[in-house]
Amino acid sequence: MSVQLHAEGLSKTFTLHTQGGARLPVFENIGLTVHAGECVCLDGPSGSGKSTLLRSLYANYKPQAGAVHIRHDGEMIDMVVAPPWKIVEIRRRTIGYVSQFLRVIPRISTLNIVVEPAVANGRKIDDAYASARRLLERLDIPERLWSLAPATFSGGEQQRVNIARGFVFDYPILLLDEPTASLDAGNKKTVVSLIAAAKARGAAIVGIFHDAEMREAVGDRIVEMNFSAGRIAATRATIRNDVALSRRSAPTC
Amino acid sequence: MNRISPSKPVVWTGYNFAYLDEQTKRMVRRALLKALAIPGYQVAFGGREMPLAYGWGTGAIQVTASIIGPRDRLKVIDQGSDDATNAASIRRFFRSVTGVETTASALDATIVQTRHRIPETPLRENQVLVYQVPSPEPLRKIEPRESETRKMHAYAEYGPMLLTLYEDIARYGRVASAYNCPVIVNERYLASPSPIPKFDNPKLSHSPAIQLFGAGREKRIYAIPPYTSVRSLDFEDFPFEPSRPDGRCSLCGSETSYLEEVIMDDVGGRMFVCSDTDYCRRRREGKGEGPVRAARAKA
Amino acid sequence: MDAISNSASRTALLEASGVSKSYGARIGCIDVSVTVGAGEVLGVVGESGSGKSTLMKCLSGQIVPDKGAVIYRGNDRKPVDVFSLSEMERRRLRRTDWGFVHQNPLDGLHINVSAGGNVGEALMSRGVRNYGSIRASAQDWLERLEIDPSRVDDRARSFSGGMLQRLQVARNLVAAPRLVFMDEPTGGLDASVQARLLDVLRTLVRELAVAVIIVTHDLAVVRLLADRLIVMHRGRVIEEGLTDQVLDDPHEPYTQLLVSSVLQI
Ligand SMILES: Nc1ncnc2c1ncn2[C@@H]1O[C@H](COP(=O)(O)OP(=O)(O)OP(=O)(O)O)[C@@H](O)[C@H]1O
Ligand SMILES: [Mg+2]
Ligand SMILES: [Zn+2]
Repeated sequence: MSVQLHAEGLSKTFTLHTQGGARLPVFENIGLTVHAGECVCLDGPSGSGKSTLLRSLYANYKPQAGAVHIRHDGEMIDMVVAPPWKIVEIRRRTIGYVSQFLRVIPRISTLNIVVEPAVANGRKIDDAYASARRLLERLDIPERLWSLAPATFSGGEQQRVNIARGFVFDYPILLLDEPTASLDAGNKKTVVSLIAAAKARGAAIVGIFHDAEMREAVGDRIVEMNFSAGRIAATRATIRNDVALSRRSAPTC
Repeated sequence: MNRISPSKPVVWTGYNFAYLDEQTKRMVRRALLKALAIPGYQVAFGGREMPLAYGWGTGAIQVTASIIGPRDRLKVIDQGSDDATNAASIRRFFRSVTGVETTASALDATIVQTRHRIPETPLRENQVLVYQVPSPEPLRKIEPRESETRKMHAYAEYGPMLLTLYEDIARYGRVASAYNCPVIVNERYLASPSPIPKFDNPKLSHSPAIQLFGAGREKRIYAIPPYTSVRSLDFEDFPFEPSRPDGRCSLCGSETSYLEEVIMDDVGGRMFVCSDTDYCRRRREGKGEGPVRAARAKA
Repeated sequence: MDAISNSASRTALLEASGVSKSYGARIGCIDVSVTVGAGEVLGVVGESGSGKSTLMKCLSGQIVPDKGAVIYRGNDRKPVDVFSLSEMERRRLRRTDWGFVHQNPLDGLHINVSAGGNVGEALMSRGVRNYGSIRASAQDWLERLEIDPSRVDDRARSFSGGMLQRLQVARNLVAAPRLVFMDEPTGGLDASVQARLLDVLRTLVRELAVAVIIVTHDLAVVRLLADRLIVMHRGRVIEEGLTDQVLDDPHEPYTQLLVSSVLQI
């Protein structure tokens, strides 16, 4: 299967100027390769940098060094140096990102929040809404809530709206940051089947899941990030297939 | 009874012909030539103090004084009337400082100085109509800054002027002002036609006569050369409507002239008569245009 | 941040380079280079006095910078240097291609003119001479900005602050400008009124694909509206990037301070 995402030599250190310039190294010189149709799970203790890595892949965070090559329109493009408009385009068409928290847009209805990525990608309006409805149904959002803005929804409801939004369009690459954190068993199963379907159509997925059960259910490989005493102690990869997260010296794919 | 000239004009002595010195006249004439060359454009001129208060036609008087020659025949009207005090005193002034013949006849006059009307009698080539203009800047009420109105003219930014018409229609269902309805001269410059009734606006366009406008207080001159297009500002779906006379003249029976209401007695009797006294008189004397239809009023 | 300078590959609608402007000893903005693409929303943030409004005035040709150039690429037109245009051409550009939304709606509206007149003026300025169609577009735009269209003939004076601001937006969008400058458009409004304006703006800006340069000190506003951000501090652009990059991973001390002093954005 083709490589959809290939990160290498990534380093990220936060410098907290508001706190006396404290430096917070998160990771250094790491790599990650994800193929079409596979799901790589990031694992590690809280604060080990899983979300930071995921955000760096999405160009939400700016790593100090390294590259994040993304297959976009058949071309590998480095998110670290791509011009902003290119990143916007890649995020619209190629990379979907589902975080733990829904960023609520005031006064936009749930249905419209969910349908937006499909419409933005030029899906026929009717088809787009049909998909959005189907997803909301599958994720157990009662229909009476669809016309409401999700600002007042429970954490779990907001999370499910966010998931629906992430799956309404078939992104070639999906980044999932604890999308199931506060979901019940039933909804978790739905997410598992959504991820399975995405993999089946060839999506490359990087996910962070709190519970081992989810990782078992969807992960093809597990990458462990370990970080202690303010520096990277190890970037050991606990993997089913191959070493995916590695030091520069190690092969990355 | 067309001529109002007394048999013997009293000519002032000690003044230059037409009161103004030749240098001033030349300066005004230069402004006039420029104004004629750029129809509708307001030309500044260094006006002189005149022996009249502003608002009494000092701008128009300077224009008239600069163009008048010994062989001219001058007619002066105020709201159509030759007999109004203001008209009479301006006429007397010019008789005194030039000795030229004055007349009430729009047919005989070579120069007509007017306040707030255009004669009903169509003007001809070789006639000059001089308007008294109280405020030359049609944009003033929407833009108080002169520097800005100048730019608006320079760049033909007349959208805000249309806005005032829009507001009238929004509020009253029609353009409210019946006087001083702004015009676009030669499809270029926005100009004030002076406070003539909108009834007169159509006469501004393609007139064979030269039309000169003088504003004394602002010291501005502008002009409409003969046979120049003058379009009243309007909307396609609310086209400019010159007011129609609603009735006929009680004196001459005209159904086409601009009428004004006159109070006849102190018990509220009133009638409508031509505001253009010369036109009305000529019709009654059978010399006017069109048949005299109505019975003459008893008065 | 370096990534931004590569954006040359996509033609910019407005491109400023090395723009500096000082007021005597006081510095307005220093050596600012910035581009805005067609349909892109650029946020300009920074504390008051950081030079945001000065930059805005330079970009929109209202004040002439001491140094630098501002290139505008209009519709099918050759790129023009805004400051080498004649005043007439510059005014025409401002009238036909650009819009301006002021912080105080009273600066951008005729308070004694009807809502319809305020909105329709832009159309009249562009030569529309049909009362009915002007009024109809005005009503349509009032509706799009969630103002009851039956109030089209009411004078602006009778509108609330939030409505006035939306009226000002309508007036600026009605004639389909390509670039709209907004200086603190949500400034004087209370939170709920602000949310409504922002929401409407967000929808319209996307729908019309109009480019916007929006100056604000409210990070929630740019989070919602802007594709890209520049952060100004003491007259200079100290940081720029995609909005979420700058807000979520600010690098400069001042930007971090700015972001951390806001509770939730
Ligand atoms: N925007 C930021 N600015 C400063 N520091 C940050 C920022 N984002 C993350 N960090 C720091 O980077 C480190 C890694 O955080 P991150 O959120 O990536 O961990 P994580 O592995 O996802 O943890 P968790 O399992 O709790 O979600 C933490 O010390 C965190 O405080
Ligand atoms: Mg995390
Ligand atoms: Zn009569």
